[in-house]
Amino acid sequence: MPDDSTNCFVYIFTFLNRQDLLKWNGWGYSDSKFIFNKKGQAEFTGKRYRLSGMVLPALREWFEKTFGASLEHKTPPRSALNTSDIPAPILNEDFLDDLKATKIPFSHEIEDRIFRAHGHCLHEIFALREGKFERVPDMVVWPSKYPNNKSILSFGVKYFIFTLTGGTSVSSALECPPDEKRSIVSLDTSQMLNVSGYCTGHEPDSMEFSTLGGWVATRASGMKKNIYGNIEDLVVHIRMVTPRGVIEKSCQGPRMSTGPDVHHFIMGSEGTLGVVTEVTIKIRPVPEYQKYGSVEVAKQRCAPASIRLMDNAQFQFGHALKPQVASIFTSFLDGLKKFYITKFKGFDPNQLCVATLLFEGDREKVLQHEKQVYDIAAKFGGLAAGEDNGQRGYMLTFVIAYLRDLGMDFYVIGESFETSVPWDRVLDLCRNVKERIVRECKERGVQFPPLSTCRVTQTYDAGACVYFYFAFNYRGIADPIHVYEQIESAAREEILANGGSLSHHHGVGKLRKRWLQEAISDVGIGMLKSVKQYVDPNNIFGNRNLL
Amino acid sequence: MASENAYSPQDPTLKKRDDFEDVLEERRNSSDVKYAFRCYTPVLYNGIPPCKASLLKHTVLKSDHVLFVIQQLSKESGESPEIIHEEAVEILDEMAQNLKLSVVRFFAFMLSKAFKTLFQRVRVNEEGIQRLQQAIQQYPVVLLPSHRSYIDFLMLSYVLYTYDLSLPVIAAGMDFLGMKIVGEMLRMSGAFFIRRSFGGDKLYWALFSEYVKTMLRKGYAPIEFFLEGTRSRTCKSLVPKLGLLNIVMEPFFKGEVFDVSLVPISISYERILEESLYAYELLGVPKPKESTSGLLKARKILSDDFGSIHVYFGHPVSLRSLAQGKISRSYCNLVPRHIPVKPPKDIFTFVNDIGYKMVRLQQENMVISPWVLVASILIQSLPQIDINHLTEQTVWLRNLAQSFGAFVDWPDHISVSKVVASSISLHHSIVKNTGGRVTLIEEKQDSSNLEHQLFKYAATVLMCASYRNQILHIFVRPALVAISVHSVGSSRKEEIFSYFSFLRDIFSHEFIFAPGHTVQDFEEGCYLLMKADAIQILKTDILLSERGHKIVSFFLAMFQPFLEGYQVICRYLSEEALEGVTENQYVSAVRKFAVKLLLSGAVKSCEVLSSDLQKNALAALLKLNICRKTKEMEQVVVKVNRTAVNSVEDTLGRKLTPLKTALARL
Repeated sequence: MPDDSTNCFVYIFTFLNRQDLLKWNGWGYSDSKFIFNKKGQAEFTGKRYRLSGMVLPALREWFEKTFGASLEHKTPPRSALNTSDIPAPILNEDFLDDLKATKIPFSHEIEDRIFRAHGHCLHEIFALREGKFERVPDMVVWPSKYPNNKSILSFGVKYFIFTLTGGTSVSSALECPPDEKRSIVSLDTSQMLNVSGYCTGHEPDSMEFSTLGGWVATRASGMKKNIYGNIEDLVVHIRMVTPRGVIEKSCQGPRMSTGPDVHHFIMGSEGTLGVVTEVTIKIRPVPEYQKYGSVEVAKQRCAPASIRLMDNAQFQFGHALKPQVASIFTSFLDGLKKFYITKFKGFDPNQLCVATLLFEGDREKVLQHEKQVYDIAAKFGGLAAGEDNGQRGYMLTFVIAYLRDLGMDFYVIGESFETSVPWDRVLDLCRNVKERIVRECKERGVQFPPLSTCRVTQTYDAGACVYFYFAFNYRGIADPIHVYEQIESAAREEILANGGSLSHHHGVGKLRKRWLQEAISDVGIGMLKSVKQYVDPNNIFGNRNLL
Repeated sequence: MASENAYSPQDPTLKKRDDFEDVLEERRNSSDVKYAFRCYTPVLYNGIPPCKASLLKHTVLKSDHVLFVIQQLSKESGESPEIIHEEAVEILDEMAQNLKLSVVRFFAFMLSKAFKTLFQRVRVNEEGIQRLQQAIQQYPVVLLPSHRSYIDFLMLSYVLYTYDLSLPVIAAGMDFLGMKIVGEMLRMSGAFFIRRSFGGDKLYWALFSEYVKTMLRKGYAPIEFFLEGTRSRTCKSLVPKLGLLNIVMEPFFKGEVFDVSLVPISISYERILEESLYAYELLGVPKPKESTSGLLKARKILSDDFGSIHVYFGHPVSLRSLAQGKISRSYCNLVPRHIPVKPPKDIFTFVNDIGYKMVRLQQENMVISPWVLVASILIQSLPQIDINHLTEQTVWLRNLAQSFGAFVDWPDHISVSKVVASSISLHHSIVKNTGGRVTLIEEKQDSSNLEHQLFKYAATVLMCASYRNQILHIFVRPALVAISVHSVGSSRKEEIFSYFSFLRDIFSHEFIFAPGHTVQDFEEGCYLLMKADAIQILKTDILLSERGHKIVSFFLAMFQPFLEGYQVICRYLSEEALEGVTENQYVSAVRKFAVKLLLSGAVKSCEVLSSDLQKNALAALLKLNICRKTKEMEQVVVKVNRTAVNSVEDTLGRKLTPLKTALARL
């Protein structure tokens, strides 16, 4: 996180040229990344995050031990874009003329197009690093300053196809269909949301870079949903422009019984129906008080703003991100803590798992809540493990994508994926999916044991959201991305067989399309199809997500 | 291969099998007491130590599944849950195992003594033991031994103890509990007891299945049960029973375990302890209830020699790999897992397929002793055969069997005639060699009662047949093809195939045919015959070769008892059971009918008297809808479709074309 205050503040950016600030072939800000410095120690560059500028002495050992990776074996990305690699844009002169007349800004510069040609799936980033492109948008349009989006759509009929940008998709939602012959126009709809002193409380892991429209389009979920709710709970009103016309509700009543909620056609439509031009969401005053916490080994039934339960592998991962301590005293204290936990309490560091907690609200309530949680934890043999551990747990969330870029410099590729599952199946699902990953890796010739770890990131009355991290060292494998995809799809099959859902909040995109029918039944598919058929008969929003 | 079908069977002789070690050898050379008291530290699944019996019971009683069923029964019957709970406690007490190492050690000592006197050798494939040891550490293991004798599970536990492997918990029939002390001792050596039939008893089913599943999920110990459900009295593999198989697979279907390893185990006896007991049982002498005194009487058996035993641990089969792409486990997704769900049809089919697959894997590694070959020749040549001819034929059959992939345990360094002679002397209860003529043993008796005499003779024949039966699984596919080629009277492939599939359907309970594999079975049979130069396969025709003549007539003779037996049963059904016959009376009625025919000389083979054959025939006819069951006045009555039965009888008896004509076409 940039600094603590951003937790509750502004997160959406409007850049005319986002690529000036952000990496074109990796995650996040250009100035922020993990490197191994001259001493061979890991370091996080830049100034934006708490971790920025710090040395992380344990990371290298963890990295080498976990993946069997070595700093000698490098796989650096292409340093610059080779313009000749990019297919020439397919442009439609009529459309260009019309567009010029409206004075809506647009571009067909290569950088603009490449930047909007992908999400953050492993294969997309891998292709960028290798400089391979199949089909990218032919032009980018910034309509947001011109609320009358309808005009663009009216040009679009019969000629064009749109994809929308959020940029942080992990479902191949932004991938352009390679066989699309029409001109692909990418609408950049990043918007500003900036009212100081208030917050929405919606904090997905990608919140620095994702957009409100993206949240709505994918049915996003934020980590503090226990207090604030998921996107569907936050939204009061949506306006969407479709090829058929504008869809919106007539008022802002907090709940209505007017047949099936039309918002639910929009939320999760993944850009297949239209452009969301306006969203009204609830905001709340910035919470007075915030406190992190953590519990080692615990099961509980009480809901802080956010609770996450990590397995042992992730606990160790988190520890690898401990920055170098400034004073001998802290280091001594750390040693003492470790001694207390492992020797005195008899916890095995190879079996420890940790729940990270975040409490929010007025001070009194937070403290009361905190006590309640720790009492429950103690009942189940858990041990309060301090604010520091808690905060580090959440930090992992924000830097994990940067870490993947580091891994990719050294033959390590990985990805996260998620599911939701009823409580009684959580443990079995976690064990089976992790084991399936390990087994598939072995069967597909991966030479080193993979990192296969999970955590519970969201809790509900009826179940939980489980997040998996899976990464492996691909030295010795000819087509690592293909192997990776086969394993991820095996893992997804395992999830489905164990009663998990196709997705909790990442969405379907193109990556998980093939399972959608099984997930929502034939009639369900038929319903979605007929909505699409009515709303967008010419398939202008032809990103081919979902259906 | 000339066959147009893409399926190409592998050459069975290429199958690699492990070597054997004799576990008794060490016992003969060192102290049994020391052996019984040695340090026993088996490797464990996930490092989980065996669970205390009381804790296990408690876990089962408190499980959501059992609580749910108790709740449900209480609602249905109006009985209070407490009373049903007490009932559950009783059932569980009756069922549960209570593994005690001290008793295991006692058994280890006693069995060492017993086995050493009974058997020459107990030979085990050690590579299989190593594979099992690995499997045990990885996933919950289910041991699936063949079932030919009471000795089976004692022997298996004994072998596992010897090799320092986890002792299994064993599903045993309730009848063992009748044996006062022994029953309890078996319980303490890991047996748990199930009632033979508990059809609609929901509480019993819930407790029983939860009990097995808890052990499996927690991985306390390998679970062992007999797929065939009961000891095979005929020494042919029995059609698999699916109840327990369903239960052990369920934790995988529901995702409660990542995988389950199924380990087929083939236990082959050179001479079976219960051989004569089985024969009389098949003939309708009621089975004596197992009792301790009965077991003591069996002591006289101890002075006899029962040859060698081979225990072959097959490759552990991963249930997960078997299920891959075959089934969808998502049917469990919409109901909490402790609530019983009826699995969809594809799951049922899958479990059934696996049952057959595992039985076939057991068959594959069954060791065939020379005596099995001798008995197969002898039974075709009754009443007597010249010893030299017998030896010559035995060698011919050995070569044929080996080329068909049989696992024959033929000693290398001894002359052929000695091997045959020692086989005959080991089986002195069945056969004797007087002056170069080999005949069945016939007890002296008053010849006044012809029927009595017939039964005595039939018992010896059935004993002999039980050894021949041990090789039938090698020959059944090529034999049915050969019989089809012979009987159809045409060389057209599709006609031969259709007769083959008729035979296969009719014999579906007699022999193990994987369901739905008719084409594969046909191809396999053709391939083996072709390999033996018996037939030639052209594009649309199958032709018998010169050499095939002998093989075909051998196979015809080998399977004649079954062909004839089934015809007799069809005749009985169409002549005497038109009004229907109650299920209970069926066996005795057929027996009476058959005795008449045998005494009149119209039927040759005594094997029709075997109740096993009679029941198998009825089961197949029921499955083919030629007969059907109805309930009349509290009794199950079998009704017969006369035309259909007659047509089966005619088809079975079809020998329109003499062998010569087929040959002439070559």
